[in-house]
Amino acid sequence: MGILSTTSMASVLLNAFWQTLYMVFWSTLFSVLIGFIPAIVLTLTAPDGLRPCRPVYEALSFLVNVFRSFPFIILLVLVIPFTRLLIGKAIGTTASIVPLTISAIPFIARVFENALRETDHGVIEAAKSFGASDLQILFRVYIKESVPRLVNGVVLLIISLVGYSAMAGTVGGGGIGDIAIRFGYQQYRTDYLVVCSIILIVFVQLIQTAGNLMYKKMV
Amino acid sequence: MIQIENLRKSFQNTEVLKGISLTVNDGEIYGIIGQSGAGKSTLLRCINGLESFDSGTLTVDGKSVDVKNKAELRLIQKRMGMIFQSFNLLERLDVYENVALPMRFWGIDRKKPENREKIMNLLRLVGLEEKLKSKPRELSGGQKQRVAIARALVLDPDFLLCDEATSALDPEITKGILALLQRINSELGITVIVVTHQMEVVKQICGRVAFISDGRVLSEGKPEELFIKPAAPEIKSFLRDESELLPKVGTNVRLYFTGEGSEAPVVTEMARELGRDFSICWAKLEDFRENVYGSLVLNVKDEDLDDVASFLNRNGVSWEVIGK
Repeated sequence: MGILSTTSMASVLLNAFWQTLYMVFWSTLFSVLIGFIPAIVLTLTAPDGLRPCRPVYEALSFLVNVFRSFPFIILLVLVIPFTRLLIGKAIGTTASIVPLTISAIPFIARVFENALRETDHGVIEAAKSFGASDLQILFRVYIKESVPRLVNGVVLLIISLVGYSAMAGTVGGGGIGDIAIRFGYQQYRTDYLVVCSIILIVFVQLIQTAGNLMYKKMV
Repeated sequence: MIQIENLRKSFQNTEVLKGISLTVNDGEIYGIIGQSGAGKSTLLRCINGLESFDSGTLTVDGKSVDVKNKAELRLIQKRMGMIFQSFNLLERLDVYENVALPMRFWGIDRKKPENREKIMNLLRLVGLEEKLKSKPRELSGGQKQRVAIARALVLDPDFLLCDEATSALDPEITKGILALLQRINSELGITVIVVTHQMEVVKQICGRVAFISDGRVLSEGKPEELFIKPAAPEIKSFLRDESELLPKVGTNVRLYFTGEGSEAPVVTEMARELGRDFSICWAKLEDFRENVYGSLVLNVKDEDLDDVASFLNRNGVSWEVIGK
């Protein structure tokens, strides 16, 4: 048991924490950038949108639901060929960003759609009455008015990606969750289990608090 | 000038506008009044192209409003400012930016000195020059509507459309907003169209009014003519005059006071001249833009009716027998 002294515990956890941050940061960034597109299409084509179009809305909505209902652990395995195609390997921290991003896209698309569609319809009407184009309404009204709700959505996304990243150990992603499972659970090291849990709890709390502060500042 | 000819509009299978025709002249304050669900808001939304219509014609200074012709429609919309019952300000923009918003839609630089000056002038006009950095949620309802009015004027419109603009405000605040609309009409020469279900609004500021019921214009004219002597039963019930409790014996005569001569002591003169007694059963005097109009119900003995009738006719008082 000499390999798991206190000093190595700190360095193991620090390393794992950076891996978690790395995976969560990039998968958040990519999924927000990519997920915004279906969110906008859904918002525009919704029955109460600027360009209502039932077939497009229903089809995209169905697709989002399909991807959201995939268990992450299955998705993780299914996208391995795609990951290899994209970054040349299927194992490792960087490789695990691909399945994390893919699973997060439909999630954030739905969350953003809801945030955008909560925009007061009267305000959109007012913008129309001044001769605003659809594009102007999208950027100057829908998105502008929704920023606090969109930020809330990103916070929600980060927290759920922290959870998902624990499973990334399956494809060698590493991270705090992976340490908790491999060291804490599989090797009966309760101290690891406890410390990992505390780190995750504190981390999630910090993100949530920061998110709440930003929300308050922006409304 | 806005000309509407036989306008029809249906939602699914319900016809909301059933052949509306009316004309709004330049420089007037025109009221569109009626019960909720009468179609008046839909009509207003048709006027500035927020809603399409099925048939009929709608022209603004000869140019027809056509929602399919977006480029042309935008130009018409630029000439029409609009304010709403729920104010519809952007919550995340301060007062100044809310007023400047239409400029941004039209690519007008809101930071240019002359445009800045214009926005400040508008804020002064509506009495909010000290609130320019406030967010809408820090303002009262009346203040929000003033911001919305300034916003509606920022593109120098020729028309100001008001959709139940005072319905969410209390009476005192409503008076202030109405005075402001009147000022905008007289000082800036902007034609104002007011959609409302509130009699006070029409009475206080409208020069002409259309009463709309069930998608039709029942009556159009000066408010004092329309409402002191309402012809259609729908208008009567809208005014709730039916609640008068009148005596069952004798004859009830309603006298109308329409502007000139409202101050003349007709009733006491009649009593003195004819040497008869009447009881005054019901009276209602109302303020229509500085003038007093109203009606008064007298109960006279049946045998006195002829004398009363001839006195009233001689003195040019308009009257009718009611309740028979």
